[in-house]
Amino acid sequence: MSALLLVDAVSKRFRGLIAVDRLSFEVPEGGIFAVIGPNGAGKTTLFNMIAGAFAPDSGSIVFTGERIDGLPPDRICRRGIGRTFQIVRPFPALSVEDNVIVGALLHRPRVDAARAHAHEVLRRLDLYDKRAQRASSLTLPDRKRLEVARALATDPKLLLLDEVMAGLRPTETDRIVAILQELNHETGLTILLIEHVMRAVMALASHILVLHHGAAIAQGTPEQVVRDRAVIDSYLGAEAVS
Amino acid sequence: MIAGLIEGLPRRALILLGVLLVALIVAPLVAGDYLLTVLILILYFAYIGQAWNIMMGFAGQLSLGHALYVGLGAYTAAALYVNFGIGPWLGLMVAVPVAALAGAFIGFLAFRFRVAGVYFAILTIAVAEFARVGFDHLAWTSGSSGLFLPVRQYAHNDLWLLRGHPAMFYYVILAASVLALIGCRALLQSRVGYFWLAIREDEEAARSAGIDTFHYKMVAVVISAGMTSFAGVFYAFFYNNLFPEQVFHVLRSIEIILGPIVGGIGTLFGPILGAFLLTGLAEMLTSTLAALGVDLPGAKQVFYGICLLLVITALPDGVWPWLSKRIGLTERNK
Repeated sequence: MSALLLVDAVSKRFRGLIAVDRLSFEVPEGGIFAVIGPNGAGKTTLFNMIAGAFAPDSGSIVFTGERIDGLPPDRICRRGIGRTFQIVRPFPALSVEDNVIVGALLHRPRVDAARAHAHEVLRRLDLYDKRAQRASSLTLPDRKRLEVARALATDPKLLLLDEVMAGLRPTETDRIVAILQELNHETGLTILLIEHVMRAVMALASHILVLHHGAAIAQGTPEQVVRDRAVIDSYLGAEAVS
Repeated sequence: MIAGLIEGLPRRALILLGVLLVALIVAPLVAGDYLLTVLILILYFAYIGQAWNIMMGFAGQLSLGHALYVGLGAYTAAALYVNFGIGPWLGLMVAVPVAALAGAFIGFLAFRFRVAGVYFAILTIAVAEFARVGFDHLAWTSGSSGLFLPVRQYAHNDLWLLRGHPAMFYYVILAASVLALIGCRALLQSRVGYFWLAIREDEEAARSAGIDTFHYKMVAVVISAGMTSFAGVFYAFFYNNLFPEQVFHVLRSIEIILGPIVGGIGTLFGPILGAFLLTGLAEMLTSTLAALGVDLPGAKQVFYGICLLLVITALPDGVWPWLSKRIGLTERNK
């Protein structure tokens, strides 16, 4: 498998505080790649740099063979990276369907074609029956899936998911895990996710990167990572492995 | 073509729209000159409200300086007519680009340098004020002493030069309002319309969904400004006199936005309903007071104030979203 996303020696500091420190890793095409780590480890900063919310201070980010660091978020999305926000931001006054149509219109000039695609995505995300509701009237789990649906409708090659399972009950978590697995298997979509919910990470990820103080302290398959001494000490805690 | 226009409209909406349109078409046959003038004013505000709503209601960009585009349209067409004898329709071909360019200028400054929200609104006021002062000193348009269009009794209506009876003006502004409604509906249902709503709802999320927000906000300002300039051309040829102090004044800009606010920002029918409610009721109030022999200067302004207060407290989304629910007609997107 070749690398779809290549992060090379990327750094970002905020007023002297190093949020991400010369971080390098590769996301292989077709995989599900998880970034874990304690709060303040630099996970969301990393995501924001990949998605174009801000540029890294140094280092490069290469997607499908081209540098994307420093590009604005809309250009990055058009290149094929869809993202969700840690704090969900659907378009509140629009219907569920219209939220997803907005995403689908990115690569489809015609509204009816976009609507057809949006319906497909909504069925996948289990939101089709709620398509006429205003997004603001949805429950949190539904809004989280709506975020994924909108990002997915833009036909990404890489989907960035920022804690889509945080705050969900285990049954809802399992539901999203199942949906993401299905997406990955059926469409070959590459997924890069930040997640605290270890049961979801273990069920999904083919590869895990552990961040601590902006640097990678471990990388590898889930089995390797959970047995790593540094990871247990700084993040998981001893009871996770016992 | 026709099928495309009415597609997706419920039967009841079609009937109501049809009845309203027929009533407006036959109105000049029964209405006296005064009522006709009031109707012209209502449709004039319905039209501009529709244009302003593209920026605010669809794309979420608050303009408090739309008098700028009215004024530029009015002065461009009037000056071309007075100085070169060029008729209003040809003048419109110049007025629209002039206003659109002014909109593009404001939009570029604001959107390139991230001037948003209140600061954007202040910028729109500033440019309109700048134009007001500038036109006060512009000799070519007679400065502050005002620009006057030649007026005489016309034996017949001249649609090409827009000279004639109020009924002709009435049908012109009615046609413009109908076209504006149809155009706005088409825009709202298009790709651009979806992107505007997304920007209005959450600009950062819109960018992350791949929308070039700078581009689509520019499109909104340019369309809104160009559309508004027609109202200016109409104003010039209907009233036959222009003063910078009047047309560019910030109060004109406020007047423009009251209708859509009362009717319902972001809705298609809100600006029309708002114009009927505000202008219609205000004129009724004025004429009733006049008939009673009561002289109350400023009564109209007080009335506007009360209307705004009522709407903001009781129906913050405007009258139309509430009314449309009552009569079983809800618009999409709002």
